[in-house]
Amino acid sequence: MLDPSALTPPDNCYHCELPVPAGDDYSLEVDDRSLPMCCPGCRAVAQFILESGLGDYYRYRDAPGNNPEAFSLEMSEMLEAVRLYDDPEVQRDFVRRDEAGVDFATLAVEGITCAACAWLIERQLKKCPGVLKADTNLSQHRVQLQWDANQVALSTLLQEVAKIGYRAFPFQPDTQELLLREESRRALGRLGVAGLGMMQVMMYAVALYAGAFEGIEDVYRDFLRWVSFAVTTPVVLYAAQPFFRACVRDLAAGQLGMDVPVSLAITAAYLNSIWATWFQTGEVYYDSVCMFVFFLSVGRYIEMRARHRSDFATRTLLRLVPEVALRLGEGEEKFVPVRSLRVGDRLRIKPGETVPVDGVVLEGISSVNESMLTGEPTPKAIGVGERLIGGTQNIESPLVMEARQVGPETVLSTIVALLDRAQSEKPALVGLADGVARVFVIMVLILAGLTFLAWWLIAPEKAIWVTLSVLVVTCPCALSLATPAALAGATSGLARIGFLATRGHVLESLAKATHVLLDKTGTLTKAEFEITESISVGDLEPSSSLALACALESASEHPIAKAFLHAADSASSLEVEERSANPNRGVEGRWQGRRVRVGQPKYVSELWQEQGVQPPEQVRLNRQEALWILMGDEKGPLAWYALEDQLRPEAKAFVHELQARGLQVELLSGDPSPALQRVAGELNIETARGGLTPRDKLDRVRALEAEGAVVVMVGDGVNDAPVLAAAQVSIAMGGGADLAKITADAVLLGDDLSLLTDGLRWAHQTRRVIRQNVTWALAYNLCALPLAALGWVAPWLAAVGMSASSLLVTLNALRLHRVRQKT
Amino acid sequence: MNILFFLIPVSLLLLGAAIWAFLWAVKNDQFEDLDGPAHSILFDDDEEGPKPSERDSS
Repeated sequence: MLDPSALTPPDNCYHCELPVPAGDDYSLEVDDRSLPMCCPGCRAVAQFILESGLGDYYRYRDAPGNNPEAFSLEMSEMLEAVRLYDDPEVQRDFVRRDEAGVDFATLAVEGITCAACAWLIERQLKKCPGVLKADTNLSQHRVQLQWDANQVALSTLLQEVAKIGYRAFPFQPDTQELLLREESRRALGRLGVAGLGMMQVMMYAVALYAGAFEGIEDVYRDFLRWVSFAVTTPVVLYAAQPFFRACVRDLAAGQLGMDVPVSLAITAAYLNSIWATWFQTGEVYYDSVCMFVFFLSVGRYIEMRARHRSDFATRTLLRLVPEVALRLGEGEEKFVPVRSLRVGDRLRIKPGETVPVDGVVLEGISSVNESMLTGEPTPKAIGVGERLIGGTQNIESPLVMEARQVGPETVLSTIVALLDRAQSEKPALVGLADGVARVFVIMVLILAGLTFLAWWLIAPEKAIWVTLSVLVVTCPCALSLATPAALAGATSGLARIGFLATRGHVLESLAKATHVLLDKTGTLTKAEFEITESISVGDLEPSSSLALACALESASEHPIAKAFLHAADSASSLEVEERSANPNRGVEGRWQGRRVRVGQPKYVSELWQEQGVQPPEQVRLNRQEALWILMGDEKGPLAWYALEDQLRPEAKAFVHELQARGLQVELLSGDPSPALQRVAGELNIETARGGLTPRDKLDRVRALEAEGAVVVMVGDGVNDAPVLAAAQVSIAMGGGADLAKITADAVLLGDDLSLLTDGLRWAHQTRRVIRQNVTWALAYNLCALPLAALGWVAPWLAAVGMSASSLLVTLNALRLHRVRQKT
Repeated sequence: MNILFFLIPVSLLLLGAAIWAFLWAVKNDQFEDLDGPAHSILFDDDEEGPKPSERDSS
C-alpha cells in the first residue's frame, strides 16, 4: 500500500527526492520492495517514519521531505544543546505553566513544506506520553504544545521532531508580533461587522427602493429606516473607526490624505440619513455608507494581510543570534541565556554554531561565515586575537572567545539602529489618488461652503439639507476606492506568482522608477560556489579524481566542500580513511594507501615539497577571478578545480528587459575584485561600482534621489539593509538575509529575478487602471456636483449613481487579477 | 404587513447573534490558520491502516 510518489523518478531518493548517488546503496527494504535512499540521514528518517506507522505521510505530501543531511551537523550537536531547554531558568522565557502543572509553549518549526508535514509532526508529538495537545499552524509554521513536565521533558519532544527530519525550537513571540496579531484580529472583526451590516442594510434598502417606486406607507418606510439606522450605527462607530482615526491624525499633522474625504463622506451620509429619518423627509443613504465602509475595509485588509504574512515569516526566522551560549567558568562549562552574558565572559563556540555576541578569539583557528554582514559567500579565516562579530557562523572547528560587546553595542544591533533611522527618513512618494484627493477635498469643502451660503441667503430652511446632499453626492467613494481596489487586486495577483509586496506604495512607486541599483553577490549571482573548470594533471581519470575530491570533502560544512558535493551527483563515492580537516587550508585523507590532500595549493603542495604551484597558464588566464583548489598526493598534483560564483541564469534577460524599459541599471557591490567589471560587461551594464561600504551605497542612493530619480534597490545581505531601507522601492531576494527582507518593500520569493520584471509589468498595468478609475471618479463627481448644488439631482438618483460608479471602479480593478504573466 | 414589526426585530437578533459568533471566532484564533484544516480532513487519524510489515507495535 505504500505508494512512492508517482512523480518521483524511480532512481531518486524516496524521502527527499534528490538523485541517489550512483554506487551508493542505502536503500530500505519495506514490504518486499526496495526504496531508494540517497544518504544514511534520509534512510534513518524514512525508516523511522515508516516504522512508526506514519507512512501515510508519503501518500499525502505534495513536496519532498527535508534532506536531513543538510543539518546533520547540528543534529548531533542538537541532542546535547536541547537538554538546555529543560533548565527552568532558560524555560522562563518561553514556557508558561498553569495551576494544574501543564506547560504551554510555542515551537517554531523549520522545514514544513506541505500539509502532510504538519500532520506528521502532530502525530509524532501526540504519540509521546505526557503530550496533551499539539496543534500545527501550517501558515505560520508553528506548533502550539501543551505537555506535562512530570511525564516528559521538552528536550525529548524537540528530539522527537528532529527524528522525523524537522527542526523545532522554542519560540517567544515578541511584543511587536503580538501587536501585529492584535491588529489583524481587530481588522478582521471590523471587516466582519461591516460585511454583515452591509448585507442586512441592503435588504432593507431593496424594500425602501421598491417602496419609492411602487409606493409605501410612511409607517413602514420610517420603520425600515429606523432599523437600517440601528444596523448602520455599529458599522460607522466600530467598523469605520480606523478611517476616522487616520483622518484625525492627518488633520492634526496638517495634511489632507485620502482618509479625510472618506471620513467626511461617511459622516455626511450618515448624519444626513439620521436627519432624514428623524424628520421623516429627504433620503437615507444607510446602504451606501455600509457598502462604502465594507469595500474600503476589504482593500485595507488585503493590504494588511500581505504585509503581515512576510513579517510573520521573517520574524520566525529572525534567529541570527542563538538564545543560549556555552559559558566557560571556573572549571565548568555551562549553557546560559545570551541575554545574561557580560563583557569579559569566555564562551565556547562549536562548528556550525552562531556567534552570540561580539568579541575576540582566545583559542582555536577556524573560519567564519560573515555572509550575513558582507554578502560574500567565502568564509573568512580567523585565528587567535581576531575579532568575531555576533550573528556570524563558525564553520570549521571549535573556538573560545571573550565577549567584548553585548546587547545594544553589538555590530548587529548597530546595523538595526542605522536601518531604523534610514527607514524613518525614507522619502514618501505621494500616491496618485492622494495627490488628487488633496485638491478634491479642498474643492469640495469650498463648494459646500459656498452652497450653504447661497442657500442660506435664498432659502435658509433648505440650506443644511442641500449642503449635506452636496457632500453626499460628491462622496469620493469611487475616488477613494480607485487606488486601493486596484492595488489590492494587483498585490494578491503578484503574491501568487511569488512577488510579495509588503508596503502599500510598492506598485505605484515601481511604475515611476527611473533607476535600478543591483547588488552583485547573492542578487545577480547565486552566492554559491560552483566548479566551473576541472583539470586532471595526474594519473587519475577526471571522474575518479572528482569522486576522490568529493569523498575527501564530504564531511565538511565549508562552502567549498558544498561545491564539490553539488558536482558529485553522478560520481561514485570512494572509501577514504583517516580523514582530517585542517581549518582554512584543506582536508587530508588516505585512499588506497596514498596520502591525499585537497585544498589551498600551498597546503597541498607541501606533500611533495614544492612551492609556488600554479594551475596551467592558459586556463588560469581565462578564469582570473576563480578560486583555485588543488588536489594531490605525495608524488605530485592530481587535479585543479576552479570555483566561481555563477550568475543566475535569468540575470541577463532580466537586465536586458530593464534596459528595454528605459531604466538606468547600475551595479553596486561591496566586492572590490575585478569580477565586478566582468559581470557588468557580461550583462551590458555601463555603471558598476565596486568596493563600496554600506554607507557608500547609501550615499549613492541619496545622490540619485536628490537628482529626482526614483530608485529601485535590489539586494540580499545585511549590509544592504540600510540601503534597502533608504531606497524608495527596495526589493530583497527571498534567499537573502532576514534583516534585508524585513526592511525591503517587496520580497522575491524563490530568488527568481524575472519576478521583478513581472512586478514592473503589473505596476504599469496597475497605474493604468488607477488612472482610468480616478478619471472616471473625477468626471462623475464634476458632473454631479453642480447639479446637486443647484438642488436638481433627485437624492435617490445620486445614491444610485454613487453606487454604480463605485461598482464600476471595483470591477475595473478586478481586471488586474487576470494580468498575463508573460506577454 | 404588521408581521414585519415582529420579524424584522427577530432578524436583528439573529444578526446580533451572527456578529457575536463571528467576533468570538476571531478572538479564539479560528482564522489564524486558513490552510491547514482544509488538508487535515484528508488524513486518517485512526491508528489502523496500511502498515509496513517490519513495523513493530508501538
